[in-house]
Amino acid sequence: MDLQIALLLGQDGIVNGAVYGLMALALVLVFSVTRVIFIPQGEFVAFAALSMAMLQSGRAPASLWLLLALAVAVLALEAWRAQRGATVDWKSTLFWCVLCPAAAAAMVALQPQAQALQAAATLLLITPLGPLLYRLAYRPLARASVLMLLIVSVALHGVLVGLGLLFFGAEGSRTNAFSELRLDVGGLSITGQSLVVVGTTLALVVAMFVFFERSIVGKALRATAMNRVGARLMGIPTELSGDVCFAFAALIGAVAGLLVAPITTVYYDTGFLIGLKGFVAAIVGGLASYPLALAGALLVGQLESFASFWSSAFKEVLVFTLIIPVLWWRSLRSHHVEEDE
Amino acid sequence: MSNGANLLELREFCVSYGEVEAVHRVNLTVKEGEIVTVIGPNGAGKTTLLSAAMGLLPSRGELLLGGERIARPSVEKMVAHGVALVPEKRELFNEMSVEDNLLLGGFSRWRRGQRDQQARMQEVFELFPRLHERRAQMSGTLSGGERQMLAIGRALMARPRLLMLDEPSLGLAPLIVREVLRIVASLRDLGVSVLLVEQNARAALQVADRAYVLEMGAVALTGEAQELIHDRRIIDTYLGLGTKKAA
Amino acid sequence: MSTSHTVSETVPAAKKVESATVAAAVPAARGGITPRHLVLAAVALLLASWGFLPEFSVTLLNYIGLYALVALGLVMLTGVGGMTSFGQAAFVGLGAYATAWACTSPDAAALFGALPPALLPWAGLALGLVITFAVAWFLGSITLKLSGHYLPLCTIAWGLSLYFLFGNLEFLGGHTGMAGLPPLVVGGVSLASPRVLGLLIWAVVLLALWALHNLLDSREGRAIRSLKGGRVMAESMGVDTGRQRIKLFVLAALLAAVSGWLYAHLQRFVNPTPFNLNIGIEYLFMAVVGGAGHLWGAVLGAALITLLKEQLQDLLPRLLGSSGNFEVVVFGLLMLFVLQRFADGLWPQLAAVARRWLRPTPVKLPAAAPLPQRALPPRSQVVLEAKDVTKRFGGLVANNAVNLRVKAGEILALIGPNGAGKSTFFNMISGVDDPSSGEVRLMGQAMAGKPSRAFAALGLSRSFQHVRLLGQRTVLENVAVGAHLRAQRGWIASMLRLDRAEEAAVLAEARRQIERCGLGAHVDTPAASLALGQQRIVEIARALASQPAVLLLDEPAAGLRHLEKQALAKLLDQLRAEGLGILVVEHDMEFVMNLADRITVLEFGTVIAEGTPAEVQGNQRVLDAYLGGGDDMGVAA
Repeated sequence: MDLQIALLLGQDGIVNGAVYGLMALALVLVFSVTRVIFIPQGEFVAFAALSMAMLQSGRAPASLWLLLALAVAVLALEAWRAQRGATVDWKSTLFWCVLCPAAAAAMVALQPQAQALQAAATLLLITPLGPLLYRLAYRPLARASVLMLLIVSVALHGVLVGLGLLFFGAEGSRTNAFSELRLDVGGLSITGQSLVVVGTTLALVVAMFVFFERSIVGKALRATAMNRVGARLMGIPTELSGDVCFAFAALIGAVAGLLVAPITTVYYDTGFLIGLKGFVAAIVGGLASYPLALAGALLVGQLESFASFWSSAFKEVLVFTLIIPVLWWRSLRSHHVEEDE
Repeated sequence: MSNGANLLELREFCVSYGEVEAVHRVNLTVKEGEIVTVIGPNGAGKTTLLSAAMGLLPSRGELLLGGERIARPSVEKMVAHGVALVPEKRELFNEMSVEDNLLLGGFSRWRRGQRDQQARMQEVFELFPRLHERRAQMSGTLSGGERQMLAIGRALMARPRLLMLDEPSLGLAPLIVREVLRIVASLRDLGVSVLLVEQNARAALQVADRAYVLEMGAVALTGEAQELIHDRRIIDTYLGLGTKKAA
Repeated sequence: MSTSHTVSETVPAAKKVESATVAAAVPAARGGITPRHLVLAAVALLLASWGFLPEFSVTLLNYIGLYALVALGLVMLTGVGGMTSFGQAAFVGLGAYATAWACTSPDAAALFGALPPALLPWAGLALGLVITFAVAWFLGSITLKLSGHYLPLCTIAWGLSLYFLFGNLEFLGGHTGMAGLPPLVVGGVSLASPRVLGLLIWAVVLLALWALHNLLDSREGRAIRSLKGGRVMAESMGVDTGRQRIKLFVLAALLAAVSGWLYAHLQRFVNPTPFNLNIGIEYLFMAVVGGAGHLWGAVLGAALITLLKEQLQDLLPRLLGSSGNFEVVVFGLLMLFVLQRFADGLWPQLAAVARRWLRPTPVKLPAAAPLPQRALPPRSQVVLEAKDVTKRFGGLVANNAVNLRVKAGEILALIGPNGAGKSTFFNMISGVDDPSSGEVRLMGQAMAGKPSRAFAALGLSRSFQHVRLLGQRTVLENVAVGAHLRAQRGWIASMLRLDRAEEAAVLAEARRQIERCGLGAHVDTPAASLALGQQRIVEIARALASQPAVLLLDEPAAGLRHLEKQALAKLLDQLRAEGLGILVVEHDMEFVMNLADRITVLEFGTVIAEGTPAEVQGNQRVLDAYLGGGDDMGVAA
């Protein structure tokens, strides 16, 4: 291996690391607010990538049907709940179940040709999936243990992968790059696409930081994570906090999907591995720290890159075995005298 | 002391846990500008009563705020109507600073467009100077008394009409209890009416205008606090053991 | 300051009915049939009809049996032990690949050359068990150190890792796998036919059910169940939680490996596909849907999932018009539904119905000889001593050079305002934490660095500020946990039912303590359905079951009514007379002043006074700090 190859691998590692970083951010966000370990995060990536591909080839993305089906299901659920006497927030329900899907359907019907519009349509398609899935799968179990929620996540992942196969078929797709730019810096070739990936990631990171640390809404979301009862007593609409953070997670996943789609061929089940690597990164941050999660993501990206150079077959083994020492290190750091379920 | 209008009214109020009826047909009022206390032994249902009044638990019977009937009380509705609860467990945001906790106390007002959180925070700091000293400290590291003060301060950030306190003296040394209850008594001047649930009958009766005695889920006795404090039955049951005994 | 007299005599007594959600042991109205009879009848029926069942049913039943074995391990690990594992499929793979390698690989032939071919599968079993044991021990020692949700994440990690390893190692046949495995031969009889092998499979399943049932119904079983009540509680009763957890983990892995071995010799070929994460998830589904925590739930879950899978594999492609693995969608949805509605799985629903019709299986124990008693130290000897105990958390000094001595035959009270450092100190004298400097001595021995089990072994027992009982278990079972260190029988003995005499002695002792504490009427009641005050008493009975020399009580009077406090004071008085050294942390001044021989007062981590109650009550510093001086405040309840 010479410097040229090392730099190339390193660059690859950074780009991949950026995508894993986005995954990690979404995972930490969802966990810290709802205590859900959101295994299906990767599915948002795959669905977004495949939807974009379908839009670019002039077809209506199959995810639209999924969105509509979920919207109808949630409407039915809320109606059922209202009938049984529970308080239903119809404003937010109509927003996610009627307004967003309608807007998405409208955009798809317009058959946008411009890449930016196609990207916007994709985001509009995928983002509402988050709150809808939250309401169907997780909200009824709001008071369950982390373990129970994890099992639900695993079950949901299975469902979504299966549905992915049903809606998108077994073939993979690749979309057009956002930028055909190619820079030459000191003998190293940097693609515009890489810049877009890294730049978008950085922008999202900064935006999230500002939101959660400085704004009252962000603090309210964090508070909901710490103490639900306390948050309710403050008038924080805890029911909506789940919606908001899952919407964020879906949005981030969709952005990641758009970024990844031009770089690799995405299949209906590609999302799982991407999400899992984002996991390793999130765990480096203990599912609580954003900066550490991002650092972990870069680490995973680099490790994967160099590992694939030496042995492509065992690349996966290496990455997953890597989780173990990371988990072990994490558990040493968070040593409690006391541990309760 | 009070201008006579009923701020909170509970009529035939009942709360059940499955088949156990923890609160049984309670009738209770808090008038504007009043401090009302509910005393009684452990397990009498005082916390249950307060939690249900705040909408944390389902209840039967009627709940009226300012004369207006609230059907199916929920936390969200009660907060919107200007009621604040400081629960037994305080429920602070432990990994956030004192200041952030207070800020979030003003969330309901912020949401309605009233952006006076900083001004309200100054008022709370004046009431609780200790909190001002520790404004940047993580609330999980505060002592018991400070946590209690923060919990009350946080509730006051919402400018509630009615402040409900669940056993503020729990786990606190007598000195701190005195300080806290003195501040509670002064809340009257800020236009906040108080419903105080307490196990420490002596301290509660000294601070309140009127009192209810709750036993086994039902109101056993009610009257002016100053009268009850001299009532034979109360003294024997709740106050006679208050003095220090010679060994 | 609660009393039992109430102000008004006319207040109607609040209705108190046992909560319907906590299942109490209700004897059935009908007589005769016990669950044991039912099981035997079912087994007999299966055996009788085995020869006549169609091929297809036999195959199905075989797979149900194989899955049930794995699910049984998961029920123990997850349902009873509280450790969720998504990676059991990897262990099934280990068992399968071990025997495949042993039977078909040329390298293995060189190794096992001396063995006749009929014994190769058994060599494969032995190899599989050994490898699985080693791998499980290794993985377990890493994974189990992780708290809560990190644990299952770790299982996903190595589950995936092993799966990819199976598929990429050349000597294991890569993605194609290995074929041509010989059938099992038992006593000259070839088990090539699925019908015949099926008998072995179910024999193993039933054996496992029997052994695990026995295990759960013993001293070790109580120790295992106590894992879910929190490590601190279990350790303070003397349970080596680390060891129990890893044993459970290895047990689950071994059961999976046996399942893998049987599977390999049923199929006669092995490839990586059945050992992936999806299958690992399905195993967990089986355990959870069936009813994690109930052994028969494993069989029920395995049966349900297998049958459902069968139906769906036919139905879905026809419905949807395309082929592919869609069962996982339905499974996922099923799983979500069950988790939302039946958090405890489906078995408890069935069991509730069955309870109405069946008489509970009678428990037969031999006559009990009393457990050995330890000799208590002579009166006034120092049993527990803290010397200059200091604890720092970063910059905060929680305890500052605290000195304290508990003597046999004496009650010492530790009081102080909130934040005084009482809980921190309590943790240190009970072994939950270690001092930053200073020394803790129990029965004269230095206890630096020793876990709370070691304290328990020397005769220290405690109660908790927030009650830690196993709510679903009876009072008897909860109290019996306290006697854990007074008995010896381990896992194997329990599984083989060789522990009955000892078990009888332990339960008799538990009963004795329950009676002594006045709760004799509630011996068989689930702990969760008792009032808080009674639950506190159960904790004390549990502490007494260990026959302690030193008793540490953390706010025992909190939440008790007046009569209960009187009873407690009387009990503690009696224990003092018997020679126990007792330390009580309390806020209730009346309780403390009337009971304690000496009092130590803590404020901001430092001892500010100690002496007799009279001395302490007259101490100005104490009055200023804690009692608030003056008559207007009195003392807080």
